[in-house]
Amino acid sequence: MLFNKQLVRHLGVCTKCGHHFKLGATERLELLADPRSFSETDADLASADPLGFVDSRPYPERIAAAQAKTGRTDAIVTGDATVAGVPVVLAVMDFEFMGGSMGGVVGEKVTRAAERALAERKPLVIVAASGGARMQEGTVALMQMAKTVAALARLAAAGVPFVTVLTDPTTGGVLASYASLGDIVLAEPGALIGFSGARVTSETIGEKLPTGFQRAEFLLTHGFVDQVVPRDQLKERIGFFLNAFRVAGQDLRWSL
Amino acid sequence: MIDRIVGGLRPPAPGSAPSNGHLAADAGLILDSSQLARGRVTPWEAVQTARNIARPHALDVIGRVFDRFQELHGDRSFRDDPAIVGGIAELAGRPVLVVGQQKGASTEENILRNFGMPHPEGYRKAIRLYGLAEKFHLPLVTLVDTPGAYPGPEAEERGQAESIASAIRAMSDLATPIVVVILGEGGSGGALALGVGDVVLALENSIYSVISPEGAAAILFRSASEAERAARAMKLAAPDLLELGIVDALIPEPTGGAHTDHDATARAIKTALVAQIDRLSRVPVADLLSTRYERFRAFGTIVEPPSEAPAPRRRWWRRGRDLLLRTRI
Repeated sequence: MLFNKQLVRHLGVCTKCGHHFKLGATERLELLADPRSFSETDADLASADPLGFVDSRPYPERIAAAQAKTGRTDAIVTGDATVAGVPVVLAVMDFEFMGGSMGGVVGEKVTRAAERALAERKPLVIVAASGGARMQEGTVALMQMAKTVAALARLAAAGVPFVTVLTDPTTGGVLASYASLGDIVLAEPGALIGFSGARVTSETIGEKLPTGFQRAEFLLTHGFVDQVVPRDQLKERIGFFLNAFRVAGQDLRWSL
Repeated sequence: MIDRIVGGLRPPAPGSAPSNGHLAADAGLILDSSQLARGRVTPWEAVQTARNIARPHALDVIGRVFDRFQELHGDRSFRDDPAIVGGIAELAGRPVLVVGQQKGASTEENILRNFGMPHPEGYRKAIRLYGLAEKFHLPLVTLVDTPGAYPGPEAEERGQAESIASAIRAMSDLATPIVVVILGEGGSGGALALGVGDVVLALENSIYSVISPEGAAAILFRSASEAERAARAMKLAAPDLLELGIVDALIPEPTGGAHTDHDATARAIKTALVAQIDRLSRVPVADLLSTRYERFRAFGTIVEPPSEAPAPRRRWWRRGRDLLLRTRI
């Protein structure tokens, strides 16, 4: 038996088995940002419909439904915050909004976050939770992978730290772009992390996949994440790494 | 309220120059979908043509377009992936580096080439070759033709996503001219790992999509047999990509399609490549990199309300007067 209040008190982690339930973007921000330190940027960016996409419903209707459900304009929240006392640019994805899929808005907000981190020489922290690129925006969504990665390449060249946290689930085009490229890549215990959906993979080989396939611990063993960090230690751990990295070009006069 | 639309959509406004106007001097390219000689085929026909097993694949094109191709093998860490081929060759007398995804022309060859679906080591080989191109100032030509990156368990174990992300990053700031040609199928992230360039060209009957039409149908309509319907919705055919600005121009195919005449197709590709590499080689590398950044930066149609400028603050005596008036009432 698991009580909701108890779950909230323990940051969405089961006290018996340690299972990490999905966190919404708001709870994630409360968990990571220092109290009252977060100020949101680009909150009003919304998606247009580049393809005039219709499946069983028109795409604009799907967006409107997701906006009504989540109270957000798209699947990511970006802003400035301090994490364990370190000023950062923070971006948190929201899986509730169309499976956290990346379309033009997610791509644009991640790119702007990276560009602001570069301009202000502040570390960038991205918490990923996404099913991948947003089908309804077609190749325009695919191009967001190139757009975000190009901005991160500039950030890396300037020596500004970039930390990614992979949460349940992080798959497809988001993992195959910015989520994999952190200087430090952390993952939450048990999170599903992979390039292709497990169903596709098991159909490819025609057999069932072993338990633990594409879980955070699987990626740790194979060398694609630095650490699997329990949720209650996440903030402190990010703070540790950011404090250890001196940002190149940052004004150090006051620290002398 | 739509106050600002930031977009990669073309044409931006009637009367203004199309964003691919700089390619206009290059003979033979299709710069506007209205120039298509035979009109447009249905999206599903486009998918079938792009996948035709008799279409010229990377090595067919390399053999006809370039001279003295010398293949380079291996990622220096795991193995040589036959689904990606690459090496150094001459294009009209100029040494270039070419990397392409290789499909087979028969079942046996397709098994060897894994149907053109690269493993992570294939992308890592590509990254190694991109590095050579930059180090020795060779223009880079990539040939895209894949159903997608291989989705098998061993590919996951070896970091398929990380290898693709790294390949995209390597291309995005590679200090040498890059021309991308989409030969047949551009399957999602697995194609984009070879798809970031200064100029992106596509053969007239090629396709490029975020997910295969079968995959999209399985998710959106819960049935893979609805692929035809999904293909219509996805705008994946080359003329659609031209209209969206995803590709800069189309390379015309011979009547009947590229599979009917490999030589003629290769001639058209060669004409386009020579013109593009000539033009790009004269651009300073710093300009090349910033233009490449802006090219991809522009994608994504979004709606942004105007940033609300704070109302000018009233002078202190007016604020005082307002306060007094309000208290009197």
